[in-house]
Amino acid sequence: MPRCLIAEDEPLLAHGLRQELASQWPGLEVAAMVGDGLSAVTQALALRPEICFLDIRMPGCTGLETAQALAEDWPDDAAFPLLVFVTAYDDYALQAFGAQAVDYLVKPVDPPRLAACVARLQKRLAERGSRPAVSGLEQTLDQLRTLLGASAGTVAGSPAGAAQRLAVIQAQVGSLVHLVPVEEVIYFEAADKYVRVVTAEREHLIRTSLKELLPQLDPQTFWQVHRGTVVQARAITSARREESGKVTLTLKGSTDKLTASRLYAHLFKGM
Amino acid sequence: MPLPQPSEALNVAPAGPTPSRTSLQGTLARMRARLGTHVLVVGGLCLAIAVILTLLDGNFPKKLLYSLCIGVACTTIVDLTRLAEAWLSDRLRQSRGLPPFDDLNGWRGALPGSVLAVLLGPGAGVWLVELFTRQPAESMLNLGSSSTRIIIAFSVLGTVFAVVVISTMERLSAARAQAEAAQRLAAENQLRLLQSQLEPHMIFNTLANLRVLIGLEPARAQAMLDHLIHFLRATLNASRTEAHPLATEFDRIADYLTLMGVRMGPRLQVQLDLPDALRALPVPPLLLQPLVENAIKHGLEPHVQGGRVTVSARADGAYLVLDVRDTGAGLGRDPAATAGTQFGLSQVRQRLSTLYGQAATLTLQAASDAAGGTLASVRLPTLDPAPPKTP
Repeated sequence: MPRCLIAEDEPLLAHGLRQELASQWPGLEVAAMVGDGLSAVTQALALRPEICFLDIRMPGCTGLETAQALAEDWPDDAAFPLLVFVTAYDDYALQAFGAQAVDYLVKPVDPPRLAACVARLQKRLAERGSRPAVSGLEQTLDQLRTLLGASAGTVAGSPAGAAQRLAVIQAQVGSLVHLVPVEEVIYFEAADKYVRVVTAEREHLIRTSLKELLPQLDPQTFWQVHRGTVVQARAITSARREESGKVTLTLKGSTDKLTASRLYAHLFKGM
Repeated sequence: MPLPQPSEALNVAPAGPTPSRTSLQGTLARMRARLGTHVLVVGGLCLAIAVILTLLDGNFPKKLLYSLCIGVACTTIVDLTRLAEAWLSDRLRQSRGLPPFDDLNGWRGALPGSVLAVLLGPGAGVWLVELFTRQPAESMLNLGSSSTRIIIAFSVLGTVFAVVVISTMERLSAARAQAEAAQRLAAENQLRLLQSQLEPHMIFNTLANLRVLIGLEPARAQAMLDHLIHFLRATLNASRTEAHPLATEFDRIADYLTLMGVRMGPRLQVQLDLPDALRALPVPPLLLQPLVENAIKHGLEPHVQGGRVTVSARADGAYLVLDVRDTGAGLGRDPAATAGTQFGLSQVRQRLSTLYGQAATLTLQAASDAAGGTLASVRLPTLDPAPPKTP
């Protein structure tokens, strides 16, 4: 019996979707209902449902960020869930998904539209059952890349996104502030509410989020290779593609090995 | 022609695009745009004068040459004076430290220009004639035949007449353009205000909740619908009403927060404090709405645990202080949130400054106690018996 996860922060809407699904698809079991993005990630990874309904605007992290985290951390031995985004407003980025593996619903969801979505999901699951090799992950990854690129584009277009490029990272330790030129940074790594700044000599912690830092870095020089990792392209010496689709990066000036997630693996291919 | 005053347009709220080109650039652009009409009017007039004078005593080529040269000289003098005036007014603004501004009126220079044209035009025109014919024309001090004097007089008067006609035409069209721009700005501002208040996410999420609630608890759904109706009516009427009592302002905020409460469930707690003595004070309608929306959208919504929104009013001497406080995410964590907040804030600031000038303020700061979050505070001189200035 297929199982689904519903991530929706408004309790009535979560309840409504569950009820509507129960009447249209009695065979679908709701494995979990969560109200924020972070719980959605942990619950989905723990329960491995076949389908995830993700609200776009949620506290913690958005539906898109949830999907990104799932795509990066999903275990290799399970089929990637079918994603259905739910939004109150017709986000243009989502319209790109007319008839593909990832569907989207606009709130309030009317029963005929949900019926179409259910039919599409059932068809997908049936295809998957007959050809277990097709996990649908690659297709989903492509769509997610487009989506994330599109949403990053809108941020860059907004006045706040037109941020100045950062020349020097200022890392404070007690009353001392270290100035680190960005070109000396090998990679940035998100660590809870901080970002680790790693150079050849040492590493610093700065109290900012990777999301805030990213628009201030030159995308030609610094590549995001994981939702939590941004690396200076010149510091990468080699990239090895693993069986899982992830890519292991070796670095110049550091013995650390970094992992590029499947979402960013397309950055590394021979010329 | 009754023209809507620009200040009326700006009352609605946020500042529109301010013209940032200089007066000189603007005048040059307008001259270029009207070059064709200009040449036709001046040329036609000179031709007419030449024809009339030829009818009097013949010699068309001479009459035409003189009248054209003087016409060109006078027009050039007038236009140069206009440019000089525009340049001067730019310098003047610059020296006062004001930003460049094209007031769409390069024609202030037309009057001194016409005087100069009357004084210098004949001499310059005759000089042009000499330049073309390569032989000395009648000297200025000793203008030979009376017919030459008549040509000169007619041409100068004709050109000045043309200047007056063209300048009047252009001034009228500039005024019309200005009025249209002001109207467009007012309409745009009103639309932006309305769009920001009728945010699609808010409307559709509320409707989606309502849809579910109808099946679950019809009575509660009805109550929710009533709040939504109040909220929508107030929003659509806000731009048409000058002021309403503070009690009504609090009722509308209660409507909005009740709707949000249905949506967010236990994640939202609400507290409204309005002392009885302040209930009747007039305030601009829905002034606090953007602040309350910000408290929810940027304070509580990103917060997994949610929190509390407190809206309170108090008197402080001759001032009324309205506080909107949340216990949410706080300022400056998410850059996107700050950008979004700015629109609501600038809208409130704009309304305050149009209605009260310097007397009213809006401040935004981190809440000072342990619960954290953000405090937005509006200070109005509304204890003055006079109602707020009519927009």
